[in-house]
Amino acid sequence: MMQQAATSPLLKVENLVVEYVVGNKIVHAVSDVSLEIARGETLGLVGESGCGKSTLGRAVLQLRPAVSGKVLFDGEDLTAMQGEALRKMRRRVQLIFQDPIASLNPRRRIGDIVAEPLVIAGVRDAKERHDRVCKVLNAVGLDPALTIGRLPHEFSGGQCQRICIARALVLNPEFIICDEPVSALDVSIRAQILNLLEEMKARFGLTLLFIAHDLAVVKAVSDRVAVMYLGRLCEVAPSEELFARPAHPYTALLLEAIPVPDPDIKPAERVAVGEPPSPIAPPSGCRFRTRCPRADERCAREVPELRPVGPRQSVACHHPLT
Amino acid sequence: MNGAALLSVEAVSVDLPTVRGNLRAVDQVDLHLAAGQTLGIVGESGCGKTMLSRAILQLLPKKAKLAGRVIFDGQDLAHCSAEALRKLRARSLAVVFQDPMTSLNPVLTIGTQLIETLQEHLELDAAAAKRRSGELLAAVGIPAPEQRLSQYPHQLSGGMRQRVAIAIALSCEPKLLIADEPTTALDVTIQAQILDLLAREQKRRHMAMIIITHDLGVVAGRTDDVAVMYAGRVVERAPTQALFKQMHMPYTEALLAAIPKLETAPHTPLPAISGRPPDPTRPLKGCSFSPRCRYAAGRCESEKPPLVPAEMAAHQYACFHPIRLAADATA
Repeated sequence: MMQQAATSPLLKVENLVVEYVVGNKIVHAVSDVSLEIARGETLGLVGESGCGKSTLGRAVLQLRPAVSGKVLFDGEDLTAMQGEALRKMRRRVQLIFQDPIASLNPRRRIGDIVAEPLVIAGVRDAKERHDRVCKVLNAVGLDPALTIGRLPHEFSGGQCQRICIARALVLNPEFIICDEPVSALDVSIRAQILNLLEEMKARFGLTLLFIAHDLAVVKAVSDRVAVMYLGRLCEVAPSEELFARPAHPYTALLLEAIPVPDPDIKPAERVAVGEPPSPIAPPSGCRFRTRCPRADERCAREVPELRPVGPRQSVACHHPLT
Repeated sequence: MNGAALLSVEAVSVDLPTVRGNLRAVDQVDLHLAAGQTLGIVGESGCGKTMLSRAILQLLPKKAKLAGRVIFDGQDLAHCSAEALRKLRARSLAVVFQDPMTSLNPVLTIGTQLIETLQEHLELDAAAAKRRSGELLAAVGIPAPEQRLSQYPHQLSGGMRQRVAIAIALSCEPKLLIADEPTTALDVTIQAQILDLLAREQKRRHMAMIIITHDLGVVAGRTDDVAVMYAGRVVERAPTQALFKQMHMPYTEALLAAIPKLETAPHTPLPAISGRPPDPTRPLKGCSFSPRCRYAAGRCESEKPPLVPAEMAAHQYACFHPIRLAADATA
């Protein structure tokens, strides 16, 4: 395979399938998902709870074994890697979680928490570790002198998320998966953290997979957006295009459901019908058809493939809106 | 305020003793709500909005000290007996919480919980209560209600559970429904459905409703009045239309600006509010928002701004440097 470091995508997911066994049933969490993220790009991944977006993020890091498919990071297949090779690769990829307080060990001091990736990576020099921790804490807007010796409970949710971001950055990764990083935060703090992520991305040359259920939040930071429903991708498009001209009826439904802070815009009547079906027994054909106003018998029969409808826009729908 | 108020909250303060000293969760709040009206209370975590709703419901933690008066339907709730309060909460004063799992009993079926409520408070017989339960579940948009009656809460999705919690809250035809972050735990499509459901039932029953939320978007199209809270106080209060047309309090403006908007191009830095709310056990002498406020100057740090009326008496704000220009904040 020809690889050109500059133009090849940093991450390429090919036909990824992830399933869980619950009792004697199979949960189809991620079904045949393919996507690419270019170097320096932010790909937003949106969908409702249970659509498989977090599972997809974890499967990229090999924290969930894939049933089939490939995860190519910088040209190398992570699904085929094991042991030391995988551990080395993981230093280049980091993860930030939704609940910043729950993802910090309450009994450890912030200095140790942020230094831990360095310890695991084998940085033995305590002075070097200290310097790198101070540098990264400064970068996320925390004063190392007032932070290092303290415990997580002494910080607010927004500050804890800054600490989590510092921990993710301390190994100078290339790629960060942000799994609902601002959902647990207040509106005023959310904007601070989103701005910080953008700043860190520019400063450290990061590539991001930004997972969230809030479309407006995703739009604020993403170059392209992938919409996921019940384990499958519905639509992938540059942010501006996706929001201006959604092609998939599900994308349109998500957009209409967002509450607008303007009393002159009356909430749309009956924007959404019903709830997502269970991923244990997803509908045949198009998985969205049970809630879709455009569904017909073809949708029940045939799984729609993700196909291009514009220069950079792809949609998996038999009856797209554009 | 048109007509007699169904609910009057008069100079209500709530103090909680903590190891770090006294925590004033709610500070001198006045609110009025007429029958059939909807009030939105907006604020971030820790601003006292939930404590205020607890004070209205008389469900404060045991150690909390309540000052001021809560008059509901002509009665001062602070001086009601436990039995009278129980009756009131059962019949006229209902609440829906953020997490429906905390209000539903996990070991009882949906049917048992609904039927029990109806039998206890409306004195219906078993058959009538069961019939009514089915009707209520259907009214809140639960498909196949008869089957749902025999299911347990864990067998339902989050959205369905919230519908059941709303059905129970509506079961005794309350005069006032307090919805405390009713959709925060739910997905955006389900949130829209639940908000629609609440609005529909509120109109149909001519019920008064308080929606407590951190999201200005939730209250914009669905309330008559909005009260914005910060650090335990109401800092701006207005008819919803008037508020969104012209915000006077810098905090309200900053809160609205900090919400990511769909119209904004990607990678536009958000106008974040720097810093964070003050420690409620260390109240500031002046305006609580002053350390984060870009207009703060002079007496903001030494004096608490009182809530004063703007052009119209119903629109009030607590600020020494109010925003006056009629800028369209949502454009």
